[in-house]
Amino acid sequence: MTAELRVVWLLAIRSVRQALRRPQMLAPVLLLPSVFLVANTGAAGRAPSLPGFPPVPAFLDFELPGIILLASTLAAVPGGSALALDVERGFLDRFFAAPMPRAIAVTGRLAGIGLVGALAALAFLIVGLVFGTQVQSGPLGAVVVVVLAGLTAAAFGGLGAAIAIGTGQASYVTGSFPLVFLLLFFSSAFFPTELLREPAAAIATGNPLTWIVDGLRSPILNSSIQLDTTAAALGGVGILGLIGVGSAYLALQRRLEASR
Amino acid sequence: MPAAIHASQLRRRFGDTTAVDGVDLDISAGEIYAFLGPNGAGKSTTVRILTTLLRPSDGVATIAGHDVVADAGTVRRLIGVALQQVALDPLMTPRELLDLQGALYRLSRAEAARRRDDLLERLDLAASANKRVMALSGGMRRRLDLAMSLIGSPQVLFLDEPTTGLDPVSRRAVWSEVRRLNDAGTTVFLTTQYLEEADQLAHRVGFINRGRISLEGTPETLKRQMGKTRLKVRVTDHRHDEAIKELASFGEVQADDSNWVIVALRDGAPAVPAAMRALDESDVSVGDVDVQQPTLDDVFLSLTGDHLDAGGGSRAAAKA
Repeated sequence: MTAELRVVWLLAIRSVRQALRRPQMLAPVLLLPSVFLVANTGAAGRAPSLPGFPPVPAFLDFELPGIILLASTLAAVPGGSALALDVERGFLDRFFAAPMPRAIAVTGRLAGIGLVGALAALAFLIVGLVFGTQVQSGPLGAVVVVVLAGLTAAAFGGLGAAIAIGTGQASYVTGSFPLVFLLLFFSSAFFPTELLREPAAAIATGNPLTWIVDGLRSPILNSSIQLDTTAAALGGVGILGLIGVGSAYLALQRRLEASR
Repeated sequence: MPAAIHASQLRRRFGDTTAVDGVDLDISAGEIYAFLGPNGAGKSTTVRILTTLLRPSDGVATIAGHDVVADAGTVRRLIGVALQQVALDPLMTPRELLDLQGALYRLSRAEAARRRDDLLERLDLAASANKRVMALSGGMRRRLDLAMSLIGSPQVLFLDEPTTGLDPVSRRAVWSEVRRLNDAGTTVFLTTQYLEEADQLAHRVGFINRGRISLEGTPETLKRQMGKTRLKVRVTDHRHDEAIKELASFGEVQADDSNWVIVALRDGAPAVPAAMRALDESDVSVGDVDVQQPTLDDVFLSLTGDHLDAGGGSRAAAKA
């Protein structure tokens, strides 16, 4: 393992420890999606009988990927807040004064957000299994779901990181998380695109989060992994990553420029 | 052999404000150099430039011959930094923080672990190695911060106000470690607002005010040149005024209601016998005598016309 990869790994582990040691940081990632899961499956459990609803064994099987997506996008909130605290406390200067590429502070944090997102996905997958969901494509499908969720968290985490580095204040990151819901409600995360009205349906079709949630849903609902759906999901992650991660590195560049 | 730290006409401007205004430094390998000055004098900005955290607006700075701008990567390998703000993650443990810092300095896992254990032991942190930082005292946090700055075995160590806010015991523990490091060959650049700290530790001190170094030298030389030995006598009879009159010919006299008369001796310590003889010849009875050597505070006073208080401000400014 190169020195850089070791630092990224240690920073990723640090993010998980931070989340576990300060449980309130886990609230957006675990508690909120859990509430959504219970509320949605309880209140809209008969939705699959609606005309036009795609065939699913149970509403939970349809809803679970949306909840996993919600958890992985919300992982950006505590991750970004923690990065903002690093800026506030001057902890980031440790990285800048060390013989390492300065971007490693951001890379490590994004890897951490990705790891938290993947672990949250695993937790919800287990909850789903306990309540009767079956991953039709088997263990490999479960791995695809967890990895895709982790990548989504890291890509979306870029936005949180960009806000954190740009403002240096955790409150700005926390204040930005209604954006997550806005993006998710205009996707097929909680309701099939086929049943959405226009222009919501059109927006959802072009929303990268729809492609990602379809990629998460496919291994759960289908007996084999569908490469085109997975590729589209990765494309969605790529677009989010380009915007999110790109913004984070740009914010870092600006912060470093400000010290010139 | 290049200077451990060299700066030539270093300047740093923030908009219309010039924080560092033409600083020149030449610090040899193995020296402890203390940078003294009130808050906002430019100490921390100079440290941030020398540690590659901030680019100078003008001028050149090198560490062991390597330019802090053009060869920043090499400079970062050579230095250790403990900044004014103790930057620690309260949720991590000293062991985890030192492991991370070791990785940041590209140490192998085994070497990082060896240095971590050595530093935890040496800085009296071993018993708290697995406690979270939030549970450590201020002194322990400072020592941990110092340990983190040492993990890369730096040639040049920058300590920006390393003992601010510490109790006297913790402060002495930090001093002792700084001396030990220096004995092992580490060059130390120390900023401080404690004149006693500079006096105790530094081979040379530089006074910075409004971004400029106004005076530089060894503490002894500066005290000899700028400070005055003070003779303090307690008059036991009622000849207080007589004592003041006699001592006035030896220097500036201060007196208070508690029968103590203090004279800042114009000719230094050699004038003590003559001053005492003068009091004796005037039949002034003296109960206690104290001869006070000049301090760096006297130097600061001569330089700025004000004392430096423990909070880093000047007393006159504080009164204002």
